[in-house]
Amino acid sequence: MASIKVHLEKCTGCTLCVKACAFGAIHMSERKAVIDMAKCTLCGACVAACKFSAIELEKSGGPKKDLSAYKDVWVFCEQKKGVIQSISYELLGEGRKLADKLGVKLCAVLLGHGLEDAAHKLGERGADKVYLADHPALKAYQDDPYTTVLVNLVEEYKPEVLLCGATTIGRSLISRVAIKTEAGLTADCTGLDVDLKERLLLQTRPAFGGNIMATIIAPNHRPQMATVRHKVMQEAAVQPGRAAEIISKAYPEETFASRTKLLDVIEELTNTVNISEADIIVAGGRGMGGKENFSLLEELAKTLGGAVGASRSAVDADWIPYSHQVGQTGKTVVPKLYFACGISGQIQHLIGMQSSKIIVAINRDPDAPIFKVATYGIVGDATEIVPALTREFKRALNK
Amino acid sequence: MNIIVCIKQVPNTTDVRIDPVTNTLIRDGVESVINPFDAYAIEEAVRLKERCGGKVTALTMGPPQAENALKEAIGLGCDEGVLVSDRKFAGSDTWATSYTLACAIEKLEAYDVILCGKQASDGDTAQVGPGISTHLDIPQVTYVKKIAEINDKTAKVERMTEEGYDVVEIPLPCLFTVVKEINTPRMPSLKGMMRAKSAKIAKWTAADLDADPAALGLDGSPTRVVKIFTPEARKGGEMISGTCDEVAKELVELLKGEVV
Repeated sequence: MASIKVHLEKCTGCTLCVKACAFGAIHMSERKAVIDMAKCTLCGACVAACKFSAIELEKSGGPKKDLSAYKDVWVFCEQKKGVIQSISYELLGEGRKLADKLGVKLCAVLLGHGLEDAAHKLGERGADKVYLADHPALKAYQDDPYTTVLVNLVEEYKPEVLLCGATTIGRSLISRVAIKTEAGLTADCTGLDVDLKERLLLQTRPAFGGNIMATIIAPNHRPQMATVRHKVMQEAAVQPGRAAEIISKAYPEETFASRTKLLDVIEELTNTVNISEADIIVAGGRGMGGKENFSLLEELAKTLGGAVGASRSAVDADWIPYSHQVGQTGKTVVPKLYFACGISGQIQHLIGMQSSKIIVAINRDPDAPIFKVATYGIVGDATEIVPALTREFKRALNK
Repeated sequence: MNIIVCIKQVPNTTDVRIDPVTNTLIRDGVESVINPFDAYAIEEAVRLKERCGGKVTALTMGPPQAENALKEAIGLGCDEGVLVSDRKFAGSDTWATSYTLACAIEKLEAYDVILCGKQASDGDTAQVGPGISTHLDIPQVTYVKKIAEINDKTAKVERMTEEGYDVVEIPLPCLFTVVKEINTPRMPSLKGMMRAKSAKIAKWTAADLDADPAALGLDGSPTRVVKIFTPEARKGGEMISGTCDEVAKELVELLKGEVV
């Protein structure tokens, strides 16, 4: 059984570990760290924080399989209705960098039906190889056949890294594949790098609502799997004419069996863009004063080609549907530009948007917490300032 | 209908604050609550029981104090609570957690539906629900926003997608992870609270489960944390003041490069 211990001779009593512990499990006694085992979760945060190697996390068992057989960086490329989703290009952009550092091939995995042309596009986005499984049962996402095919591919070709979008499809699929292949999986990474010596994928992700960052590895398991959110990585540029080797895979019919049956796909057309994919989000909260004022936000969003977001209180007041909600119980977004209009900035909202590149806050209350994270702050009535902004942007953009 | 709802006790994020001097988490006095997404799973489980009859068992893995979350779930209408707690589970990542919960579920009597929140607010992984269904080898639908039809053989549900929703038919037994849109959780009733107070929670350790010891806790977890750091705190930036038109002009000038 795994255990943790403090090497008292190395401990200097510096208290770095106490600060690193998110569970309040470490205290100092006679200038030495003492771990309260009732509270400790063996998360390893203190081990990582200690500068004197005084805390050791012992784990029994090493690799169960030959890790050296695993090579190449894979990207699961999501498609909907035959269209490759932009998250796949973002992953190919990042995957290319990792593959080059590791000196291996970048391979795309594409599952669907009638995708020959789409597969060729992946070469232009940097893939060296495309593993293509083309079958009517893969046309739209279903957990069972997608899992079976991806597990088959992983077991046959043994990638060392497998990246996947942190989307509805990606999160459902990759969680199942990781269990079946006994792989380590890290969710929602915001940074990826490699430790060349150990050939480890260094996966950095926010924890505790972005209050701390953790770097995670999977030393004894392959593939090393990670999901990445939208807009975190840079899209791979198109290199016209660049070709990938296409490896078409055929499987026996039972591979495509599905216990669930997709009866219908409903698209709820809204006049605005999907907020998780938007580069610009104009979000409103209680300070917008009422449902009717959300049209002001829509107008600004339309001018900028962005999407409309909302705080929980605006959604709870029925001013806008839940699909627009940003924050802990809504969506986490990372746009280039986020307008927080009449949003006070409760922690639950900040969690969902504080990684945006530029944040503009407009609020009547000069002490609103939103100003603490804002790149640009304006104290005033959002219902007056937003229309003025729309006018100015229209002028600047010649609209 | 036998329904299992898997829940997690998490720190209340409203209480998690950063010490402005040391830039570390202040955990003192942080209250533990039921993961907000699990509240919808509990409510849906109770509604399923009201719709089809049967029993709801709330299940959690965690430290001894996670018993409180189960009592709260009973107060909200669940019939029984099972706490799976052991030092041997410490250090579990999502692989080991879903394995442990799946082992506990196999020990319970035959089930028809397992409900989970779509993700936990402290880890945000959304991996444990799909992990449980994979370990149990049962079908799943994630991000369920409506259970439109259900009988003892099949269910028809709506899965939220980025563009709208899918309508999916699934045979029972199965697992659903649910989103906020599925319902509005009720408040605990007085009767429920009384029941919760006197409720006996079953407590299982690793020895009670038919589990491979090497697959539990840190040993059974492929992932490991190697570094923890505080992200550079986002600093409040520039304040722009003036009349409506003045601030609009200035802001547009500052943002021009970003929007073209």
